[in-house]
Amino acid sequence: MTASTRSRAWALLEAVPDPEIPVVSVVDLGIVRAVDESADGRAVTVTLTPTYSGCPATDVIARDVKAALEAAYDDVRVETQRSPAWTTDWLSDAGRERLQTFGIVPPAGRKQLPLLVEERPAACPRCGSDGVEELAHFGSTPCKALWRCTSCREPFDYMKRH
Amino acid sequence: MSRTSDAATPSTDAHLALADGCLIASHRLSEWMSNAPTMEEDVALGNIALDLLGQARGLLQAIAEDTGRTEDDLAYFREAQEFRNPLICELPNGDFGHTILRQFFVDAWLADVWPALAGDPTVDPRVRGVAEKAVKENAYHLRHSSTWVLRLGDGTDESHRRMTTALDALWPYRGEIASDAWYARVEPILAEATLDIPPRDAWTQRSSADGWHTEHLGYLLAEMQSLARAHPGATW
Repeated sequence: MTASTRSRAWALLEAVPDPEIPVVSVVDLGIVRAVDESADGRAVTVTLTPTYSGCPATDVIARDVKAALEAAYDDVRVETQRSPAWTTDWLSDAGRERLQTFGIVPPAGRKQLPLLVEERPAACPRCGSDGVEELAHFGSTPCKALWRCTSCREPFDYMKRH
Repeated sequence: MSRTSDAATPSTDAHLALADGCLIASHRLSEWMSNAPTMEEDVALGNIALDLLGQARGLLQAIAEDTGRTEDDLAYFREAQEFRNPLICELPNGDFGHTILRQFFVDAWLADVWPALAGDPTVDPRVRGVAEKAVKENAYHLRHSSTWVLRLGDGTDESHRRMTTALDALWPYRGEIASDAWYARVEPILAEATLDIPPRDAWTQRSSADGWHTEHLGYLLAEMQSLARAHPGATW
């Protein structure tokens, strides 16, 4: 494999959006664990790690990844690898910024903390106030919780540290 | 004589019991969809059900791989007596307090099961992979169910009465999931929720390992399996 073809695969993957949060790509999410090309550069195997066990987007992502790479490869295989388990520490810096701009507060901090340490978004993504409160443990996708700003009163999504 | 490691065959009774426990608990929670007390709780129960379903699928896929079947064969084409889920998972939902206390007991069970599997290098890597992910998911579920047990147990007279009724009904089904660690997890929450803790040595059911179930599992499976049985091999 040459550096140029390898970067071609990654470039294609960077254009595959998360189906639920299309502002970030599957690469931003940190779920692409490996890209292996065959010696002749015609086949590629992509290894994905699911975010949550039951996330309905997982199957869609595998399908989208396959479709995107089929533009450049004759044979595309998508494999699932559960261990090590995905963590929000794997979100890229660019991904975190895009989430924030989109109105979803990225997980507080990068360091893994012991489970169930109380966590909170630093500020409202709309008005910047640090007065925020949790409305619900669970949100519209498995990775998010629902919070509200106590200043501007707008509800917003928070991507849970996981 | 030394016992040989069975690490290469995940299709042990314990893994099937765990897979079925997650699958059946997931189905029960999914029955709340569009019926939960608030929209936020509808979303919460749906999220927890999805995690449990994903965990069940991961285990069933490993078991299916080793036994020449598919995950759908296992989920949709087994009879009630072939399921090994702890009985508590199949009990009907009752009111919301009953459901959330049942889920609290199940979450407290899984809070021991998942870390033990994730941290044991002799466990089949596929099962360990599911467990590693589930450790974090279950911790979040347990936080949610504990919060509700506290709020409802130590809430109004009516919510306290309903939680007491639920506790009386569910305690006899703890036998297959309870351990010293389980009691140590459950009892302080019950106490803080101002509920009377029933004795550890009270009588309990424990028969799912022999394929005996409550009458409720058959009805649950009739609904869960009907589509796959009406249209065998259907995909979308």
